[in-house]
Amino acid sequence: MDIKVLGPGCVNCRKMEEMTRTAVKELGIEAKVEKITDIGEIARNGILSTPGLIVNNKLKHSGKPLPTIEKIKEMIKAEA
Amino acid sequence: MLSDLSRFVVYSLLKLTPDSRLAPALEFFIYDTIKIFLLLAVIIFAVSIVRSYFPPERTKHILSHKREFIGNILAALLGIVTPFCSCSAVPLFIGFVEAGVPLGVTFSFLISSPMVNEVAVVLLWGLFGWKIALIYMGTGLLVAIVAGMIIGKLKLEKWVEEYVYKIHSLGIAQELARQKFKERLISARWSTADILKRVWLYVLIAIGIGGFIHGYVPEDFLVRYAGPRNPFGVPVAVALGVPLYSNAAGVIPIVYALMEKGMSMGTVLAFMMAVTALSLPEMIILRKVLKIPLLAVFAGIMTITIIGVGYLFNAIL
Repeated sequence: MDIKVLGPGCVNCRKMEEMTRTAVKELGIEAKVEKITDIGEIARNGILSTPGLIVNNKLKHSGKPLPTIEKIKEMIKAEA
Repeated sequence: MLSDLSRFVVYSLLKLTPDSRLAPALEFFIYDTIKIFLLLAVIIFAVSIVRSYFPPERTKHILSHKREFIGNILAALLGIVTPFCSCSAVPLFIGFVEAGVPLGVTFSFLISSPMVNEVAVVLLWGLFGWKIALIYMGTGLLVAIVAGMIIGKLKLEKWVEEYVYKIHSLGIAQELARQKFKERLISARWSTADILKRVWLYVLIAIGIGGFIHGYVPEDFLVRYAGPRNPFGVPVAVALGVPLYSNAAGVIPIVYALMEKGMSMGTVLAFMMAVTALSLPEMIILRKVLKIPLLAVFAGIMTITIIGVGYLFNAIL
């Protein structure tokens, strides 16, 4: 599974990455979590407000407020 | 009720005499602090719920390939309800351009969003009354529409960084989770706490300065310098406001006190718009996608339209 967390270095973006990694670990699935910080690359992925979460090339979340870990797990499971 | 409470604290609990200078300043401070924070909490919460229905993705879709004028009006209106923070200005700008939103329309959105927001409207409403809040909203929208239309007419696309046009979307499918109403309420509570956490100190300091001016600066102190009859009042206020950067929360309680001391309404509104709509940090962020001439044109047009608004209201209010 391919997971991308997109956002420049803001606090919420770091928190989003952390939560996503925790969610993956807790679900115990095989997934590559990638952090994308380049603004052009973020825009290319269709993100208008950061942080964004893309699972298997599907945009699952963008902007604040952040989803809960449970919500992130659901988003990941939907693609598993 | 609130004024009774603040009087009770000042005169009964602290036993200050009404003729001291400290007493009215403190009374003003306590009264305004409670009133403004109550208003802020309620309105931010309500606006956050409304905003959850207008994610930027939807706004982009609505504005894509819209004609100028109609597009500018829509963009300015959507700027009020679309959640946006200047930290996301760059991806948002690129996303809009990529989706075929005209440059001038994009600018209408970028101008209206920070200037006409719930914090500004609430504070104006609380301190100046609903008429002034509506006037500010109306003229803020007008400035955003007019400035965006001028930028559109000037055909300044050449001053957008080339790489912006080379970015092509990867075509990521959007499967954003639909929120239940209960989830929207929870999100709104989070946003309210988030915004209050960011602004409370500024609001408090600003009310404090306001209270100080209220109690210690003589009435009519500013009439000579910034009253309606001084023709230079507006441009000077705007010139002072442009380099200053604050959100609405920080600037409004101060301009409230300035107005009490004789600054005229048009000058106050122009100063506030200059502070909230034109900011150096946002310019630095936008520099990543815009070349300097376009930023300069943007700042110039904004300055002129805001000065126009100031004169207009000094003449009619």
